[in-house]
Amino acid sequence: MPINITMPALSPTMEEGNLAKWLVKEGDKVSPGDVIAEIETDKATMEVEAVDEGTVAKLVVPAGTEGVKVNALIAVLAADGEDVGAAAKAGGDGAAPAKAEAKQEKALTSPSDGGGRAEGAGGGEKAVATQAAPTPVLRTDPSHKGEGNGADRAFASPLARRIAKDAGIDVAAIAGSGPRGRVVKADVEAAIAGGGAKATPAAKAPADAPASAPKPMSDDAVLKLFEEGSYELVPHDNMRKVIARRLVEAKSTIPHFYLTLDCELDALLALRKQLNDAAPMRKTDKGDVPAYKLSVNDLVIKAMALALRDVPAANVSWTDSAMVQHKHADVGVAVSIPGGLITPIVRKADEKTLSVISNEMKDMAARARSRKLKPEEYQGGTTAVSNLGMFGIKDFSAVINPPHATILAVGAGEERAVVKNGEIKIATIMSVTLSTDHRAVDGALGAELLAAFKRHIENPMGMLV
Amino acid sequence: MAENYDVIIIGSGPGGYVTAVRSAQLGFKTAIVEREHLGGICLNWGCIPTKALLRSAEIKHYAEHAKNYGLKIDGTVSADVKAVVERSRGVSARLNGGVGFLMKKNKVDVIWGEAKLSKPGEIVVTKTAKKPMEPQHPAPKNTKGEGTYTAKHIILATGARPRVLPGIEPDGKLIWTYFEAMVPQEMPKSLLVMGSGAIGIEFASFYRTMGAEVTVVELLPAVMPVEDAEVSAFAKKQFEKQGMKILLDAKVAKVEKGANSVTAHVELKDGKIEKITADRMISAVGVQGNIENLGLEQLGVKTDRGCVVVDGYGRTNVPGIYAIGDVAGPPMLAHKAEHEGVVCVEKIANVPGVHAMDKLKIPGCTYCHPQVASVGLTEAKAKEAGHDIRVGRFQFGANGKAIALGEDQGFIKTIFDKKTGQLLGAHMIGAEVTELIQGFVVAMNLETTEEELMHTIFPHPTLSEMMKESVLDAYGRALNA
Repeated sequence: MPINITMPALSPTMEEGNLAKWLVKEGDKVSPGDVIAEIETDKATMEVEAVDEGTVAKLVVPAGTEGVKVNALIAVLAADGEDVGAAAKAGGDGAAPAKAEAKQEKALTSPSDGGGRAEGAGGGEKAVATQAAPTPVLRTDPSHKGEGNGADRAFASPLARRIAKDAGIDVAAIAGSGPRGRVVKADVEAAIAGGGAKATPAAKAPADAPASAPKPMSDDAVLKLFEEGSYELVPHDNMRKVIARRLVEAKSTIPHFYLTLDCELDALLALRKQLNDAAPMRKTDKGDVPAYKLSVNDLVIKAMALALRDVPAANVSWTDSAMVQHKHADVGVAVSIPGGLITPIVRKADEKTLSVISNEMKDMAARARSRKLKPEEYQGGTTAVSNLGMFGIKDFSAVINPPHATILAVGAGEERAVVKNGEIKIATIMSVTLSTDHRAVDGALGAELLAAFKRHIENPMGMLV
Repeated sequence: MAENYDVIIIGSGPGGYVTAVRSAQLGFKTAIVEREHLGGICLNWGCIPTKALLRSAEIKHYAEHAKNYGLKIDGTVSADVKAVVERSRGVSARLNGGVGFLMKKNKVDVIWGEAKLSKPGEIVVTKTAKKPMEPQHPAPKNTKGEGTYTAKHIILATGARPRVLPGIEPDGKLIWTYFEAMVPQEMPKSLLVMGSGAIGIEFASFYRTMGAEVTVVELLPAVMPVEDAEVSAFAKKQFEKQGMKILLDAKVAKVEKGANSVTAHVELKDGKIEKITADRMISAVGVQGNIENLGLEQLGVKTDRGCVVVDGYGRTNVPGIYAIGDVAGPPMLAHKAEHEGVVCVEKIANVPGVHAMDKLKIPGCTYCHPQVASVGLTEAKAKEAGHDIRVGRFQFGANGKAIALGEDQGFIKTIFDKKTGQLLGAHMIGAEVTELIQGFVVAMNLETTEEELMHTIFPHPTLSEMMKESVLDAYGRALNA
């Protein structure tokens, strides 16, 4: 029987994705484990592997299709010995998809998808699958932890939602008085009367609704300000949408405040030169290359990780019910890529050597640019570093990337005149600004963290032990 | 030493006994005082026995129309008044006993007698001077009697009684209240019903179906004046088709009693007087709260127009004294009393999340033929409240189940706020609508908008499909109309 291949859910919250690329064509034979397609989600391109053996009878969704719904039929496989043409007809005809059957017992789903998708398997050895029904014939690699969960959902009555939306108020920011804290009409009306949303002690992050208090200008209102024909509309890709949503969420729900400090870089630059000079050479295809080449940023990552280790009270994430006290320092590093940015995470950076950090970053930055990062490589983390020094930026303030409680904005290292013991000297100075989530990290604590960072930067030998 | 309780409830009608059960559930040592019959008017002389009577009328109606369904009944169908009343009393007796069982099961002490507040937190119970309405169900056993009882919280649930118009006082023989109307010795050949509210119109429906010539006199310009104007107008036409005479904008000015008949002087809209003679007359001009002889004046409990003044949680102006149900003001409905009682006692217990009752979400049902049920605002009231509205309607004549039942007369009307999609009101007339209205009540309580209702799958084939169609119609999307 033909095997339907459907759009996999790469995460529990994924509703649709873009079918970026087919790596097989009709008529190709595939074996379990073969990569057959690439699917683009929020920030990553994920590979889709075949689970069953067979011949590709039909590619239902062409490459480059955007917004393919999860579980929509994307291709049909003819099982071994089956007529490819017939399979294409039987499985590919959207109008009569019930003919197609999938071998459920062979299905592998990623663990995070377990609950919902496994339902079909209970029916027996073979279950009739329809186009719309979940047919978990695909295994996606990697399986990863959910990027969202029920806790993000704001409970509100439909009427409360409607009224809040019309008023441009985020229901998630309103304290509910209904059963189990559900937001009801009266709460929204009270919030409107009270001049906008009453923020709960910690406003819940709106999961899917664009955060909108106050409401931004409508599309039409923006376009009206420009002469028609004087612009071109470039549709947002998923990454742009995610960046927009996450940053609005961050800036409107996290009380940011900022601490700025100058660090002397001369000792660090000297140590870096010494370490790089000491790198052993390795033979590769491209000739002899050093085993590592540390950048200033690699040292900044390490210094930030060690600072968090020294000041564990700042290595936290805010949740409504409790402070999440992290046991490792996982440092996200903002990487600019065409069309946006992404923040791969150096896990346990406090425990890793500089060469390991450096090589990991090189690898992840390269894969970020080709959008090949796995979700677990850019989700989570306990802090982040954003370095615009290479553009000559002297100092700036970065937006916190939840669930982080801090982010360090790093400016350029430049020679400046400094006063030492009453004399003007030249030193290489790097200005850094720490943004902190005031709910989790107060002023003095942030200052303590930044002082620890400065200590490591200015006494870099300490990072080697 | 007076026996002490946490909560004492005075009156065991649907409001009182439900409050007692909830109070006991919440762990309060609870007692309930009753002077006449457990279950109050509702299940002894109101809601329940009338439904039993109307069921008899309904069966008679179907038997008379058996040929519409392809059935032949040889001979005639006639009402055995004594048996019909006996059945109604039996239904009532069973439920009366049920309340006794519930009190026992929940360890609520029943105090038999009439209670009076003697001072804050204390009542004195004495033998009642009120002559009980006969036939009476036997008093429960193992009750407490006369004496002084104390409680931190005393909840008045004394209910209401028929309102009496001066000069037209019911005498129980020729001029009835609902008490006498419920236990007729014989069927009157003609009947005059004064008042077309739920009570008046239900008795009018019952006696008309049983064969009496029925005239209904209503002071206001519509039958069932609290209902939506379209429902009232439709109901009037249906009643007239059944042979009722309906006089609107009309007032009974004077009644002359004969040996076995009454002659009412009815003042019509144009000022003319029409004399109507009927065997019996029912006075159904509303009910008034039982606030007398409770000691309210001495304790300074505020009353207004025959009812105790309370806040949203049944609290009076005197701490420790509460009132729920009919005695606490309109709408005087059993289910309103029950909910009010639960809210009151839960507030006393500080149950988290207790909300004051929203009077706009209390449904109302009238068991005439065709039935009438409604919740929320009428179209007129919605406009009055300043809502920009959308109105949907769906006819029974376009519903498969209704046609199959042979009940193709009626409609369902829904009213939405145009801006928010809030369901403001639902109004129904037709077969079984009293069982349908709860769907809209749930929807209102959950604050659904039209969208959720449109996305709800209503089972086919049912009368309930008309509810969804009515919603769809409000948005120009009805599928079967």
